[in-house]
Amino acid sequence: MRLTRLLKPFSGRDWGIHPDDHKRPAADAPLRVMPLPARLYLPVQQHLGGAARPTVVVGQKVRKGERIADAQGMVSAPIHAPTSGTVVAVTDITAPHPSGLSLPAIVIEADGDDVWGTLSPCPRPFELAPQTISERVYAAGIVGMGGAAFPAAVKLDGAARARVDTLVINGGECEPYLSCDDRQMRDFADEVVEGIRLMLRATGATSALVGIEDNKPEAIAAMRTAAAGHDCVRIRPVPARYPMGSEKQLVQVLTGVEVPAEGLPADIGVVVHNVGTARAVRAAVVEGKPLVSRLVTLNGNCMNAPGNVEVRLGTLAEDVIAFAGGLKGDGLGLARRVLGGPMMGLQVPHWRVPVVKGTSGILALDADEAAARQSHPCIRCGRCVQACPMGLLPLEMSARIRNDALTDAVDLGLKDCIACGCCAYVCPSRIPLVQYFVHAKGELSRQDRNRLRNEATKRLAQQRTDRLAREAREKAEAAARRRAEREAKAAAKTDTATAGESA
Amino acid sequence: MNPLTQGAATVASPHAHGGNSVARCMLDVQLALTPATLFGFWLYGWPAFILWVGTIAACLFWEAVCLRLQGVGRVRETLFDGSAALTGWLLAMTLPPWAPWWLAVVGGFIAIVIGKQVFGGLGQNVFNPAMVARVALLVSFPLPMTAWISPLPLHALPAPELLDSLRIFLGAPIPDAMTSATWLGHAKTELMRGVDLLQVTGSDTAPPLPWTGLRAGSLGESSAVLLLAGGLYLIVRGVISWHAPLALLAGLALPALIGHSLDPARYLAPSVHLLGGGAMLGAFFIATDYVTSPNTRSGQLVFGFGIGLIAWIIRSWGGYPEGMGFAVLLMNALTPILDRFVKPRVLGRDRRGRPLDLPEREGT
Repeated sequence: MRLTRLLKPFSGRDWGIHPDDHKRPAADAPLRVMPLPARLYLPVQQHLGGAARPTVVVGQKVRKGERIADAQGMVSAPIHAPTSGTVVAVTDITAPHPSGLSLPAIVIEADGDDVWGTLSPCPRPFELAPQTISERVYAAGIVGMGGAAFPAAVKLDGAARARVDTLVINGGECEPYLSCDDRQMRDFADEVVEGIRLMLRATGATSALVGIEDNKPEAIAAMRTAAAGHDCVRIRPVPARYPMGSEKQLVQVLTGVEVPAEGLPADIGVVVHNVGTARAVRAAVVEGKPLVSRLVTLNGNCMNAPGNVEVRLGTLAEDVIAFAGGLKGDGLGLARRVLGGPMMGLQVPHWRVPVVKGTSGILALDADEAAARQSHPCIRCGRCVQACPMGLLPLEMSARIRNDALTDAVDLGLKDCIACGCCAYVCPSRIPLVQYFVHAKGELSRQDRNRLRNEATKRLAQQRTDRLAREAREKAEAAARRRAEREAKAAAKTDTATAGESA
Repeated sequence: MNPLTQGAATVASPHAHGGNSVARCMLDVQLALTPATLFGFWLYGWPAFILWVGTIAACLFWEAVCLRLQGVGRVRETLFDGSAALTGWLLAMTLPPWAPWWLAVVGGFIAIVIGKQVFGGLGQNVFNPAMVARVALLVSFPLPMTAWISPLPLHALPAPELLDSLRIFLGAPIPDAMTSATWLGHAKTELMRGVDLLQVTGSDTAPPLPWTGLRAGSLGESSAVLLLAGGLYLIVRGVISWHAPLALLAGLALPALIGHSLDPARYLAPSVHLLGGGAMLGAFFIATDYVTSPNTRSGQLVFGFGIGLIAWIIRSWGGYPEGMGFAVLLMNALTPILDRFVKPRVLGRDRRGRPLDLPEREGT
């Protein structure tokens, strides 16, 4: 046992956890490019924000890179055909989501030609105006490739408006099992760095800090070589610790400044993007290519050949696994299917779900890894308190939620929870803490929605009552006026009559 | 409403676990107690071993009765998660080593039924069950609870055989020649007689207080050094943090140091306080009880220091020679309040929970 390990209990605040990262040998396996599958399934919702609106009809021929769905609303992203072929359906498919609910998707049957439509490359991208860069990023449908899938152009524009000075590039990849960002940096460091420089130009930031966890020495070396000669791009190794790649944590480690609660990194002059996003930005700006493929890590004890695969968006996880060597024993020991990383990824009911823009991993976990076990009563050991990277009290919050005291849970900081899963990972009683928090947040937003709806209904009802009252009043007034006129007229008539009589 | 009931399968992330479990924590604590316990068996012979077995068995028995009465489905699993056995073990370490069987059974009842299950079982109790039992026994049965045995290896009389030991456990009278006062007890008696401590420590009748632990007392008293070693093992293993133990020892030693340097005839030396009584057991095994101590490190510092200070006050000015149990219970009662006021700072917020102010930035 090393001395540092012996002294660890005496060191200062130790947020987060140090999970067994399971990254190798998958990270060291050479990148494989998956050939075109027969069919691609493209959900219209692959990003945070409004779903895209399909612009193609069934039977229509599309070319590779052609836009097939338009962005809708302020925060949204268009979707492009990952290959040439025919739209065979616009229908509901199983969403990459644990609920197994369905989601509209455009289904394309590949014709095998796989030729790009007309692209508009830009040989001198650094002469483009910042606004033009973000417009090209927007048109290319790029979203955050780290998993959150927030539309990248919206973030670039926001950063330019907030006049950020620092671009933080997230190469942390703190999720265990995943290595697609690692592979991205090892194999395409030059492209990543060029993308980072383009994003610097788009945001107006003066320097980029690339945070890479120190368990990826090859990526750090490759990125250092690629960034040599570009003083504005600084490679910063950070300690391997989960959740280092979480926005607020990474910003604090790299810049030393805390992002205020309820705020954004832009509030302190920082914007955060992922390394994969940087490379996609380069492809969009320099080559004019929209986002049609991504790197996906295949990992887990049930996977025959763990590694990274470049996959067209819309490819079913089933097809990716089949290409990459299948499951051990045809999936006999498979305990859990996960899209994304084990800490924050989504469990899916079967493999017939497509890879989307935010899919960083396909994990086939056996029973040992998934570690699903009966939960026990809380013994108040406080491990969750030590592990929480946000400084919350998970045990207290879950106790409140269990008693339906949601307001108390909010007072304890429920809304600051980033659902990273550290608390549940260390819990000796195996309490599904994240499940409590996700449930409570959903319940709260449902209550908010209900309240808004009630208020709207009340307002409408009030307006109707007011209108009816007004109409009744106006009617009465009009009647009174008419009566008055009539009476006046009658009086006048009587007057003339009387006058006539008297005359 | 309860998210656990929404379908059998847990669907929320994370899909990985660190592998820690309640049973593993309890096992580690029991492992850490083992050297001190074995030393106690050697010191006080078979009766101590039989009492140890009896106390743990009593706790398991009462736990099983409670679980059965509550209609808990997983009786076997809950019974052997290690918590009831650990309570029994800790209680056994605070009893006089030759205590009779009914003390173990009544103690187990108080610890498990009154100390833990009436609050709602594991994790719900406010007070440390073993300390509740010890204090209740001490107040109710002061005589058998202070019948200490001088260490057998130092004795002229032969150690009792297994059968004799069983007889002692079943209530046979203990020969007077075997008994001895604990150091703290002796000092208290002499002080009350008006003899000052300088004379007590200088006299030949005083029981020795060697750091090796060859002296009268409970299992958790004589083997202070082995308990310290066990505590350090738990800290290195990450089962407990150093905060509460260190604060407790500091809370005991600091006032002792001040008092002793001002008036050595009236106040015992810090070393006596640290090695005597239940200081080490309390610091590393009682004050670190997950359920009844604060959740935060800073809360644990206050908690530990409070126990140490109160224990010193009781030892120095109270009617009892040892106050660790009372001190623990008093601070247990304060734990919910400590947890309410001592909270970690949320990232991006100040101590009061308001979002941090935006820093001044150029150009905005």
